[in-house]
Amino acid sequence: MAAIEMKNIVKKYGDGFPAVNDVSIDVADGEFMILVGPSGCGKSTLLRMIVGLEDITSGDMMIGDKRVNDLAPRDRNLAMVFQNYALYPHLTVYENIAFPLRLAKASDDEIDKKVRAASKTLELDEHLDRKPGNLSGGQRQRVAMGRAIVREADAFLFDEPLSNLDAKLRGQMRTEIARLQKKLGITTVYVTHDQTEAMTLGHRVAVLKRGILQQLATPRELYENPGNLFVAGFIGSPPMNFLPATVEGTSVKLPFGSVELPAEKAEKAAGKGLLMAGIRPEYFEDASVKTDPAGGSTFRAKVDVVEWLGNETYAYIPFEAPPEVEAQLQQLERDLDGESLHTQLVVSLDGASRITEGEEAEIWVDGSKIHLFDPETGENLTVDHEHAGRILDHATQQAADQEAKQDAVSG
Amino acid sequence: MAGVSSGTRNKIGTWIGFVLILVWCLLPVVWIISLSFKGPTETSAGSPQFLPKEPTLKNYDDILNNPDFRDSLVNSFGIAIIATFLSVVLATLAAYAIARLEFKGKRLVLSLALAIAMFPVVALVGPLFDLWRTLGLFNTWPGLIIPYMSFTLPLAIWTLSAFFREIPWEMEQAAQVDGATSWQAFRKVIVPLAAPGVFTAAILTFFFAWNEFVLAISLTSTTQARTVPAQLSFFVGPDPFNPPYGQLATASVVVTVPIIIIVLLFQRKIVAGLTSGAVKG
Repeated sequence: MAAIEMKNIVKKYGDGFPAVNDVSIDVADGEFMILVGPSGCGKSTLLRMIVGLEDITSGDMMIGDKRVNDLAPRDRNLAMVFQNYALYPHLTVYENIAFPLRLAKASDDEIDKKVRAASKTLELDEHLDRKPGNLSGGQRQRVAMGRAIVREADAFLFDEPLSNLDAKLRGQMRTEIARLQKKLGITTVYVTHDQTEAMTLGHRVAVLKRGILQQLATPRELYENPGNLFVAGFIGSPPMNFLPATVEGTSVKLPFGSVELPAEKAEKAAGKGLLMAGIRPEYFEDASVKTDPAGGSTFRAKVDVVEWLGNETYAYIPFEAPPEVEAQLQQLERDLDGESLHTQLVVSLDGASRITEGEEAEIWVDGSKIHLFDPETGENLTVDHEHAGRILDHATQQAADQEAKQDAVSG
Repeated sequence: MAGVSSGTRNKIGTWIGFVLILVWCLLPVVWIISLSFKGPTETSAGSPQFLPKEPTLKNYDDILNNPDFRDSLVNSFGIAIIATFLSVVLATLAAYAIARLEFKGKRLVLSLALAIAMFPVVALVGPLFDLWRTLGLFNTWPGLIIPYMSFTLPLAIWTLSAFFREIPWEMEQAAQVDGATSWQAFRKVIVPLAAPGVFTAAILTFFFAWNEFVLAISLTSTTQARTVPAQLSFFVGPDPFNPPYGQLATASVVVTVPIIIIVLLFQRKIVAGLTSGAVKG
């Protein structure tokens, strides 16, 4: 058991491109930390630097109280589950799990005891004599975890362990991993690109974009108080809606009408000109099923497409965005690995809603939960800093962007 | 109905093909086996029949009690096994380095290896003869082992580096995280996974050393180091117009048996898809 501390970690490849740029994350002893971000954000690189499979260009990697920058992977006493499991195909399940113990020269009795204990935890008892080639994806996944838990490692590292499983199994294994981590109480760093895994598993989540840490906070903090446009767009499914907005007094003008804002939010955003309003789909409701419409505003809009899921309904409302916001939205989509063809509002309504496609409906929106972003920097102007964990400082971000641009020009 | 008849036709066609190929390949072998059971009177007859009239084991008795043949058999085994072992060990290490490491001159190493493989053996006989005489390697086991090793290394390196490239990097990284040194990771994970490649390379090397004739006849002078293919050329018998066909055939059968056994043994090891199940499913 040990805490892991990353201090100003930088990873530059041969071409000078910083895959990980000045990232500092402290993982407390026994904490479940998630590294999340779209592909190419440096999360796997960071994990591989913790375990020692990648060299660290600069910064300090501390495990416990020891600086491990120059230690070989085998001397760091960490256990890792690889994305493709990396089981040894020539060994049986038993020998796969026993492999780290055999390397540590443990006695046969001890190995047997520990392997059986691990296989019992993971329900692999009946498969111990089989080869990995004959196992299903979920079973292989469990063997890989068995190999990790069998030794008393200081921490577990997971590199997108569920991405090769089908949706149903992924859900089950996710719960399994959470249960296991809770039971063993071991420090865990878990890399994923899936925001559901990030939200459900982690004690805290580190959101990365192009090698830079955007925000480090609990899932709830990330969801309720995203530090910038990127985090806001990344966390949540369906994603947060971004609408052009201007604040006038205590109301904000959106493409569909004006919505009342709480006074302190309006104050923070006053006089900033054109802003970007971020509203999660569930902050909307069908005005006709809303029993208690107090504290919000309503507007009328034409619903384009309706998706009824039983417990809830997604309604899509297209809108025209002014060009300066449009460019920003497209950039955001690119950052998020997405591709949206037109600007639209996604609203999540109660399953009881009877709104049909093509109908002009009355929609209620909770104005107190609107976030307002600066379209230039992406900064969340209305963020509640007390409940937002650690947010990337925007001066740093801009300096990094500037540097990247200069590198691109000179390179 | 049309489907069934065309299926049957296909089956018949396949079997005809099988039989043709079998006859084509095995007829000479069967002929040699048949010859090995024939006495001298039968083999010297103008048009001997296919099957022996009076099968006899005398040829086998003669051959196996021939001290020269026994010596050469020992030489063949010793030289082929040592050459194979050394070649495979060196090739495994070299191929691993080529597959895993980025170093300057990697392409050069590979092209040089290929160039060596293309070099005609005969062109080297003269220089090697002189060199070996000077170095005292003439008519010794190392005198044959060294050239056999050098000529089989390129092919072994190419075969093995292709195999190593197929093994996912993660295997090795997983082993290192599990606490293995680079050498342990190589020995306990990479080599077992490359086993089919190692066996393929071993078989090719062994065959080359076992069957090689030009160097074996040129670089040896006595049964101290002469291998079976070279020794067979000394089986002339008393009458130059009547070579001892029966004995030659018997000797051929005796030297072919080990090869067949080896192939059957290793064939089980050369299983494609040994790495299946290593990574995602």
